[in-house]
Amino acid sequence: MENFLTFFSFSDPNVRYVVLGTILLSASAAMVGSFILLQKKALVGDAVAHSVLPGICAAFLFSGTKSIPLMLLGAFTTGWLALVAIDYLTAHSKIKKDAAIGLVLSVFFGTGIVMMTYIQQSGNAAQSGLDHFIFGKAAALVGSDLLVFSILAMVILITVSLFFKTFALIAFDRAFAQALGYPVRRLDLLLTSLTVLAVVTGITAVGVVLMAAMLITPPAAARYWTDNIRRMVLIAVLFGTFAGLAGAYISYVAPAMPTGPWMVVVSSLIAFFSFFFAPRRGIVPKLYRQRKNQRVIAEENAMKVFYHLGEQGGNFTGQHNLQALMGQRDMGAANLRAALHRLQAKGWVTVQHGQWSLTDDGVGKAAKVVRLHRLWELYLTQYMAIAADHVHDDAETIEHILTPELERELEHQLGYPDKDPHDTEIPKG
Amino acid sequence: MIAFWIILTGALVAITCGLLGCFLVLRKMSMVGDAISHAVLPGIVIAFLLSGSREPLPMLLGAGATGLVATFLIAYFHRRAKLQTDAAIGVTFTFLFAIGIILISAFAGQVDIDQDCVLYGEIAYVPIDLWITASGTHLGPRPVYILSSVLLLVILFITLGYKQLKLTSFDPEFAAAIGISTSLWHYLLMGAVSLTTVSSFESVGAILVIAFLIGPPATAYLLTRDLRQMLWITTGLGVFIAFTGYWLAYWLNASIAGCMAMVVGVCFLAAFVRYRVTTGAKTVLTSAA
Amino acid sequence: MIIQTPDPVLEVHDLTVSYARKPVLWGIDFTLPAGSITGIVGPNGAGKSTLLKAIMGLIPLSSGYVKLFGEPLDTVRNRISYVPQRESVDWDFPVSVLDVVLMGRYGKMGLLGNPGRHDRDMALHCLEKVGMSAFAKRQISQLSGGQQQRVFLARALAQEADFYFMDEPFAGVDAATEQAIIDLLKDMAAAHKTIVVVHHDLQSARTYFDWIVLLNMRLVAAGPTEQVFTEVLVQQAYGGRLNLLSQVGDLMEKREFPAREN
Repeated sequence: MENFLTFFSFSDPNVRYVVLGTILLSASAAMVGSFILLQKKALVGDAVAHSVLPGICAAFLFSGTKSIPLMLLGAFTTGWLALVAIDYLTAHSKIKKDAAIGLVLSVFFGTGIVMMTYIQQSGNAAQSGLDHFIFGKAAALVGSDLLVFSILAMVILITVSLFFKTFALIAFDRAFAQALGYPVRRLDLLLTSLTVLAVVTGITAVGVVLMAAMLITPPAAARYWTDNIRRMVLIAVLFGTFAGLAGAYISYVAPAMPTGPWMVVVSSLIAFFSFFFAPRRGIVPKLYRQRKNQRVIAEENAMKVFYHLGEQGGNFTGQHNLQALMGQRDMGAANLRAALHRLQAKGWVTVQHGQWSLTDDGVGKAAKVVRLHRLWELYLTQYMAIAADHVHDDAETIEHILTPELERELEHQLGYPDKDPHDTEIPKG
Repeated sequence: MIAFWIILTGALVAITCGLLGCFLVLRKMSMVGDAISHAVLPGIVIAFLLSGSREPLPMLLGAGATGLVATFLIAYFHRRAKLQTDAAIGVTFTFLFAIGIILISAFAGQVDIDQDCVLYGEIAYVPIDLWITASGTHLGPRPVYILSSVLLLVILFITLGYKQLKLTSFDPEFAAAIGISTSLWHYLLMGAVSLTTVSSFESVGAILVIAFLIGPPATAYLLTRDLRQMLWITTGLGVFIAFTGYWLAYWLNASIAGCMAMVVGVCFLAAFVRYRVTTGAKTVLTSAA
Repeated sequence: MIIQTPDPVLEVHDLTVSYARKPVLWGIDFTLPAGSITGIVGPNGAGKSTLLKAIMGLIPLSSGYVKLFGEPLDTVRNRISYVPQRESVDWDFPVSVLDVVLMGRYGKMGLLGNPGRHDRDMALHCLEKVGMSAFAKRQISQLSGGQQQRVFLARALAQEADFYFMDEPFAGVDAATEQAIIDLLKDMAAAHKTIVVVHHDLQSARTYFDWIVLLNMRLVAAGPTEQVFTEVLVQQAYGGRLNLLSQVGDLMEKREFPAREN
C-alpha cells in the first residue's frame, strides 16, 4: 500500500519519468498499432521490433557510450531496413510473406545478439545494462532520455492525427485509395517509419522481444469494443496506457521483475477479457444470444403445438396435458416444460391441474408463427421452385426469424394468399 | 572435441528444424513455427519448477503441453472470437513468452535458466552436460542423444508421411477429396514442430530455432524446384551453417547461436542474389514484352 | 423446373450450405443420369463452386444429403475425382508435372504405399492424353494457364474414376486447350463416365453440356439442356438475387441464427 501511494503520488522524480515514459510509449505504440492491425501486418510489427537490436548495438560499438539519441538512430535504421528487406524479398522472389518475416526477424536479431555478446566480451564498462534493451527495464529511464521519447511520441501523435483519415481509408480499401489518387506507396512508407519510431520509443521500457505485443495486443482488444475506427484507436490507447502503467508499477514494487513482460501480460489479459466478454463480438455474449435464439425457437414451437392441436380439434384454447403435447411434436420433455413455464410467465399459456392451454393472447402469437411458416413454404414453392414436400424443414427455421417488415413484403409478393402449398389455411395476421 | 560436440549439436538442430521447416514454408505457416518456439518457454520453466531438475522428460512434456496450448489458443481465438490470424498468433505467443520470462524472474533462485539463454541458448555448455552411466563411463553429451532421437523420429515421420505431407501442402482440397485428412496431417506436423522446438530450445534458444526452421528451407526453395532436392539442400545447409557459425563465433568470441543465425542470413542472401541473377534476365524480358 | 432422372448416379437432396450462418445455397435438390456431361451454370456468386465443394464433402452441410451411386461419399470415394480451381493451389510449389499427375494415384496406394512402375506408366499415359507428354519433367511454375489446367485434368484421369467434378476447368485457358478438354470430356462420357463442370460462359454451355443445372443461390432449373436451357429460365437465374432471400440470409447472420433448428 505504501508503495502504491509513493508510486502514484509521483513525488519521486524517477517515478515521474517512468510513468510519463511508459504512458508515452504505450499510447504511441497502440495508436500506430491500430493501423498495423487493420492492415493485417501484426507480425511485421514483430519483425521490426526484433530488428532494432543490431542498430542499438552498432550505435554502441560506434560511440562506445549508451547515448540514447545515437542508439535510437541506429535502431531506426535497422528497423527500417528490416521492413524494406521483407517487402523486397516478397516482391522480387517467390518467397512468401510469412517466410520473409521469419527470416528477417531471426537473422537481424541473431546479428544483434552476436554484436551484443561481442560487446559484453570486450569488457567496456559502459556496456552494463545494454541487455536491458532485450526485455526492458522501465526504471532505467532517466530524465534526459525522456525528452527524446517525448519528442518522438509527439511526432507520432501529430503525424497519425494529421493522416488519420488517409490511413483509415488505406486500411479499409487500398484499391479505392489508389483510385482516388492517394500516393499509397509513400503513405505505406510513412506508416512503416511510424511503426519503427513507435518500436524505438518502447525499447528501453519494454525491450525489443515483446515490443510487438504493445503494438498489436491493445488494438486487437479495442477492436472488440467498437466498429468506429476513431473510438477503436482511443480505446487501444487507453488499454495500452493502463497496461504500461501496471507494468511499470509492478517492476517498481518488485525491482527483480522485468517491465516489458508484465506490460505484455496485463495487456494480454485485457485482450482475453475482450475476446470473451465484449458485448457484441465477444464469445460469451455470442453464446448467450445463441441460447436466447434456442429459447425463442422452443417457445414458438410449443405454441405451434397448441395451434396444430387446436386446428385438429377446432378449439384453439383447448386444454392438453404434457403427453398430448409431446405426441404432437417430440421436442424433449424438459425442453417443452421449460418453454411452457416461460410462456406462462409471459401470459400466453395457462395451466390448471396439469392441463395446459393457450390464452387469447397466446392464440394470436401462435397463429402468427404458423402463418409465417406457411407463408415461407409458399414462397419457397413459388419463387424457388422447391417441391412442396421439401419446404417444411426450411420453414421450420425461417418462421422464427421473419420480421414484420419481411412478413409484409412476403404477403405482397405472394399476392395475399389464403392457402399454403399443402392446401392448408394460412391464419390471418 | 568441444568444437565437435557443439557443431554436431548445431547440425542436428539445423537438420531437424530444416526438414520440418520445408513443409512450414511451403504451407505458408512459417510464423506458426515462430509462435511455438516462443510459446514453449513457460512450459519449460514450470516443468523445471515442478521436477526441480533439468531431466529431459519433464521438460519435453511441459514444453510440448504449452506448445499445444499455443496452437489451440490461436485456433480458438481465430475461430470462435473471429480474431484475424496474424493478431491471434501475435497476441498468443507474446503472452506465453512474457509469462515464461516472468516465471524465470520470479523464481530466479530456483530456476537455473537465464533470461538471455532463453533467446540464444546454451550451446556452448553442451559438451559439459555429459551422460555418465552408473559404472562411470562417459557416453558424450546428453543433448546429442536427445536431438539424435528426435531427428530420427522426424526423418521417420517425413519418410512415412512424405506423400501425404506433400499433397496436403500442395493441394489440400484435392487431398480432402481423395480422403486424406488435412487436419490430421496439420496437427501431426504441428506436433512434430513442437517436439523439435522443445528439444532444440535448451541448446540453441528461440531465435536460432526460428532461423533454422525458416532460413535453410527458404534458401533451398530459391535454389531448387524439386521437393526432395529441397529437403536435401536444407540438410546440407544445416551442416554447413553449424560448422561455419561455430568458427565465426570462435573467431569473434561472440554468441554461437547468434553467429549461426547470421550465417543463415548470409546463405540466404547468396541464394537470393543467384536467384535474382538467373531469373532477373527473364523478368526483364517479359516486362519489356 | 427440375427434371429428375431414374437411376441417378448423383442425388442431391434438400442441400443447404451456410457461410458464417448466412445461407449461400438454399434447399438444392436434383439428380443426374450416368454418362452425362453436366454444366453447373449461374452468375457470379451463385454458389456454383460451393455446390461442388459441398458434394465433395469439403464444407459442412447445414441440411440435406448427397448420394453418389446410391451411397454416401465415403464408401465410394475411390470412384470419384475432383478437379479444384486452378488458382486454388500455389504453382510455385517445388514439384514436377509428373509428380502432380502421380498424386492422382495416391488414393489407390493406401497410407504407406509408394508410386510403382504401373502408376508411373499410367501417369505418363494420362499426360499423353492431354497432350503434355513433353512436359513430364517440367517444374509446374513454368507452365501456362492452359497447361496447368491440362495437368490437373491428367491428374484426374490418373484417378481412373467413374465420376468427375471439375471446378471452372475452362477459366483462363486458351482456345486450343478449351477445345482439347471438351473433346476429352466427350470421349470420357462416351465411355460412360459422368462429368460435372462448373461453367460461367452461357454461349458455349449449350454445345458443351447435355444436362444443365441452373443455379443462383437456389436451384432455378435442372434437366436436359434442350428442355432447361430456355431463355425464360436463364433469365430467371441471371435476373438478380431474390431480394427477400438475401434479406433473410443477412438477418440470420446478424442474429446468429442456426440454419436449421437443431
